[in-house]
Amino acid sequence: MLNRRTLLGSAALVAVAPVLRAHAEDAPGVTAGAIKLGNTNPHSGPASAYGAIANADTAYFNMINEQGGVNGRKIDFISLDDAYSPPKTVEQTRRLIEQDGVAFIFNGLGTPCQSAVRAYMNAHKVPQLFVATGADKWGDYAHFPWTMGWQPSYRTEAAIYAKYLLNEKPQSKIAVLYQNDDFGKDYLLGLKDGLGAKYGEMVVKEASYETTDPTIDSQAVTLQSSGADVLVTAATPKWAAQTIRKIAELNWKPLHFMTNVSVSVGAVIKPAGEQNAAGMITGAYQKDPTDPKWANDAGMQEWLAFMKKYMPGADISDNNHTYGFGVSMTMEQVLKQCGNDLSRGNVMKQAANLKDLDIPVLLPGIRINTSPTNFHPIRAMQLQRWTGKGWELFGSVISA
Amino acid sequence: MTGLLHQTLSGLATGGIYASLALALVMVYRATRQINFAQGEMATFSTYVALTLIQAGLPYWIAFAATLLFSFVMGVALERLLLRKLADHSGLGTVGVAIGLLLIFNALSGWLFGFTEKGFPSPFEGAGGGALLGGMLSRHEVGMTGVTLLVLGLVYCFFRFTRLGLAMRAAAANPDSSRLVGIRVGWTLALGWGLAAALGAVAGIMVAPIVFLDPNMMLGILLYAFAGALLGGADNPAGAVIGGFAVGVIENLGGAYLVGTDLKLTLALVIITVVLVLRPAGLFGRAVVARV
Repeated sequence: MLNRRTLLGSAALVAVAPVLRAHAEDAPGVTAGAIKLGNTNPHSGPASAYGAIANADTAYFNMINEQGGVNGRKIDFISLDDAYSPPKTVEQTRRLIEQDGVAFIFNGLGTPCQSAVRAYMNAHKVPQLFVATGADKWGDYAHFPWTMGWQPSYRTEAAIYAKYLLNEKPQSKIAVLYQNDDFGKDYLLGLKDGLGAKYGEMVVKEASYETTDPTIDSQAVTLQSSGADVLVTAATPKWAAQTIRKIAELNWKPLHFMTNVSVSVGAVIKPAGEQNAAGMITGAYQKDPTDPKWANDAGMQEWLAFMKKYMPGADISDNNHTYGFGVSMTMEQVLKQCGNDLSRGNVMKQAANLKDLDIPVLLPGIRINTSPTNFHPIRAMQLQRWTGKGWELFGSVISA
Repeated sequence: MTGLLHQTLSGLATGGIYASLALALVMVYRATRQINFAQGEMATFSTYVALTLIQAGLPYWIAFAATLLFSFVMGVALERLLLRKLADHSGLGTVGVAIGLLLIFNALSGWLFGFTEKGFPSPFEGAGGGALLGGMLSRHEVGMTGVTLLVLGLVYCFFRFTRLGLAMRAAAANPDSSRLVGIRVGWTLALGWGLAAALGAVAGIMVAPIVFLDPNMMLGILLYAFAGALLGGADNPAGAVIGGFAVGVIENLGGAYLVGTDLKLTLALVIITVVLVLRPAGLFGRAVVARV
C-alpha cells in the first residue's frame, strides 16, 4: 500500500544514498571538481596576530585554484575563528567535519586548541594535518596516527642546541629556565635527547616559573649562582624579555640560547633592550623576510611575487606569511601525491611519505621528510645570533 | 651568603610590587568593607592611559598626574553609576559586578592598546641603565619602594589627620550613625573607589617598567597582592604593605632554598593560610565585630 509514510521513507532513502556511497569510498568532502579543507585559527582575540597564517593559506589556495587546482580539483578552504579558545576550537572543528563535511583539517593553530580536538579527530579518523604549533606531541604516530605537525618541535629545537654545545663547547655548564608546562618541559626533554648521558654532568641547574609569577628575578639569581656559563631559556615573550634584561643587570654573560618562540624584535628584544640581547642565539628554519641577505634569493622572490599578487597590501615583514606559504605548499604536494584517491586514509599515507621536499621559504639545506615512523616534517635548523641590531645566521644546518 | 642577600633583596623588590597594589585593595576595603576584584585590571588600564599620554609627548610627571586624575574620576564614576545601584543588595552582587569589570577592563585594554608586551619608561633610570649593587636591585626598584612607602605615609595621614579621612572611617564602620551626624555616606564610598583607582594607577605605572605592560599584567600580581593584604590585615594599610613585602621575601627564600621554584607560590600561600587560621584578621588587622 502506498501511503504517505512509505513515500516519505523512500524519499529519505534516496536522499541518504549518495551519502552512503561517499562513505563507502571514505572520501568525504571530495567531489569530481573540488576538495573541501577545514581550518581553525584565531582571527580575533589575544592571539589574532596568527590570523595572518590562515590568510596566507587562503591566498595560497586561491593561487592554486587560479592555476587550475590540484589534479583538476579546486581547493575549497574554509577557515573559522576560534579566538584561541579550546572550547570554540572543538565547536568549530565539529562544525567543519559534521556540517560542512570537509575532507580533513589543515593547519589548525595553537597547542591548547589543537590538543582539545586531537582525540576527537583520531577517534573519527579525520586527518589533523600540519598543525600550526611547535609542541612535540604532534609527532606521536603510534598513539595518534591521524595527527601530524609541521615546524621543528620545541624538543627538536632543544636537541639541536644540545648538539651544538656538545660539538662546540663540551666543557660548558648549562642552566635552564623553563615555563612550568608542556611547552617548557619539551625543552628539558630535548636537551636530554641531545646531551644523552652527559645531561647530568653538563646541566648544573634547572629553574621553572609559573605564568602567574610577576617576575623571574629570583630564578635568574638562582641560575647565575649555579656558576653556569650557558643559559637555555624556554620562556614566552613577557618572561623572555624580563630574562634578557635581568641577566644584563646582573652582569651575567652566559651564552644565551632563547626559544624561537620569543625572538620577536618588537615584542621581546625592543622592550628588553636591543643591546641587552646582544650575543643571544636561537634556531631558525625559515628565511627571514626582513633579512637583506635574501633580497635576490629565488625562493624569496617567488614568495614576494605571490604576496604581491594574492595578498596585496599585507605586511611583507611578517614571517607568518612565509610560514603560511610554506605549509600550504607542503599540503599541495600531499594532494598531488594522492592522485585521484583522496580518501582520508590515503591523505594520511601520502602525508607520511614526503621525501626531500624543497620549500622555497625554508633555509637552504632544510628539506621536508616524513615516513610512517616520522611525523615531524622539519627536523633541522640553523643557528642565528642577535648582533645588537639584527639576526645573523652562522654555522651550518644542524639536524636533531 | 651573597646568594641569600641577593634573594632577600630581590624578594623585597618583588614584594614592593605586591605591596603597591595591596594598598589600593585596602583603600577600597576600608571605605566599603568589600574587595574589588577589578582593581588590578583597572590599574592596567590606567597604565595604558599613562603610556599613551607619555607617547603623545607629555612630560612624565604631568602624564603621571593626569593619569591619577583620570583614574580617580573613573573610580568615582564606577561607584556612582554601577555599584550604587547594588548598595542595598547582598555583597555577592558587588562581587559579581567587580568580576564583570575585571573582564571588561581586561578586554578593553587588549582591544584598544593591543596584546603585545610594551616597555614602559622609568623616572628613576638615566641613560646609563639601572643596576645597583651588582644587579641585586635596579634603580627603579628602589624608586618604586620609595614611592610605595610615600603613598603609605599619605594614606596613613589621610585617615589619621584629615576630617575627610575620619568621615570615611566612620562611614565604613557605622553607616547609619554617620548619616545621623551629617556625613554623606554615599559620597565617601565613591571617594574610596576613586582614591583606590588612583592608588592602583600609581601601582601600575611603577610596576610596568619591571614586568612590561600587557593587558594581563596585573592578573598574577593581584593574587599576590590579595595574599599580602590578607596576611597583613585587610583594613590596615601598613599591614598590607608589610604583608606584600613578606610574601615576596618568603616566596624567594622558600623557592631558592627549601622547596624549589615550582612550589614557591604554594609555599607562600600555605604560610598565609596557617597565619590566617591562627589570626583570622591578619597579622596587623583588627577583627570586625558585627552585632546581629
